[in-house]
Amino acid sequence: MANGAALEQNTTAIWGGGRQPFGVSYGKMMMWFFLLSDALTFSGFLTAMGLYRFKFETTWPVAEDVFTHFPFLHGEHPLLFVALMTFILILSSVTMVMAVNAGHKMNTKGVTLWLGLTIVGGFTFLGSQAWEWYHFIHGDKGAVILQDNTVMYVTPIEGVKAGEIISIYELITGQEKPHGDHSEFQTADMIAAFGLNENMTLRMPGKGVQDEATGKATPITLSRAEALSKMKNAKVLQGAGMQANEYGNVLFADFFFFVTGFHGTHVFSGVVLNIIIFINVLMGTYERRGHYEMVEKVGLYWHFVDLVWVFVFTFFYLV
Amino acid sequence: MSDNNAYPSEHHESPEGTKWIWKVFWILLIVTTVEVVLGIIKPEALTDTHLLGTSLLNIIFIVLTIGKAYYIVAEFMHLGHERKNFIWVITLPIVILIPYLTFILLTEGGYLNTMMNM
Repeated sequence: MANGAALEQNTTAIWGGGRQPFGVSYGKMMMWFFLLSDALTFSGFLTAMGLYRFKFETTWPVAEDVFTHFPFLHGEHPLLFVALMTFILILSSVTMVMAVNAGHKMNTKGVTLWLGLTIVGGFTFLGSQAWEWYHFIHGDKGAVILQDNTVMYVTPIEGVKAGEIISIYELITGQEKPHGDHSEFQTADMIAAFGLNENMTLRMPGKGVQDEATGKATPITLSRAEALSKMKNAKVLQGAGMQANEYGNVLFADFFFFVTGFHGTHVFSGVVLNIIIFINVLMGTYERRGHYEMVEKVGLYWHFVDLVWVFVFTFFYLV
Repeated sequence: MSDNNAYPSEHHESPEGTKWIWKVFWILLIVTTVEVVLGIIKPEALTDTHLLGTSLLNIIFIVLTIGKAYYIVAEFMHLGHERKNFIWVITLPIVILIPYLTFILLTEGGYLNTMMNM
């Protein structure tokens, strides 16, 4: 063991019982225990989402149909924006390790620089999340909500776009929805346009029913006659809230708000903690104390936030 | 309470310099890029092959995710360099409880799905 000397020296590093359990300071161990419990909390949320996703397997919204925007880019770019958010968080994790590393060397300037960059990364992530929420809440294509609260997409029966989601904008105006358009449409206009356009029908969200032989899944699509009769008592639905959302199952948006919101709250409190220790670094608190372990402890929390996002990214956007 | 900050943790050395940090960064970045590319193109060979109740693609995503988690926890959070007994104290509850909860809830979810369709 290379750190025999360190062990010798640390026999004085005591909690009060004469020895340091597990060779970890009190604060660091408690941070680990807190992170352990927090990991279980997050796994509770993600597995609860898994439960409902499995329950509504055939109609659960497909993430690629929902998260398709990228700032300043036209068209559909699924996954790209969350990939960027993941990259931002990984990068801010790296700057945090650099800060901890500089702290070990008692390099105050290094800690100040890297911790500052970590705070910038944290705010960038929060901003990205706000952007993501804004677009999620305002909605994109719009959908039809039936009398029994089932959400359905408008789709052509035949043609190049058969099976694809047609926006309410396109149904009513006959033109492709312009980038960033947020006009609200009336139910009466939608029903009238739907009645006139013989090529339109309704389909369920989600990947649909799987064919036993080929393994291919096709979304549940109504016949034109069925769609017309359902349309009589239907309403137009744009955007997302806690009661209903245009993407499909109400729980989809609820889990989105809850899981990414809870994670965002963690990022926010992480940024606050980072700012507090940043001020302490500037005031020389840790320099006087003789070590920068506080940076390390807050660093653990910050990495945990990154860790959770890795799982949210996979189980909310990817799988 | 003032004693709690008096003594830092026993020091377990990370490798010298900052090279290891950037190595982990590149690993995380490349794995994420692979995930995103696979998620966008969705190769049919992977989506149509089924394994353990889901597609091979999803299994790949989960394995890559756990790989990323390993690097974050072991290197960035430094757990891999702590004492062995402490590593077990932290990882064992996670390794036992999370797969257990996942198994129960996904099984129940699948059951609710078959009940709904009856």
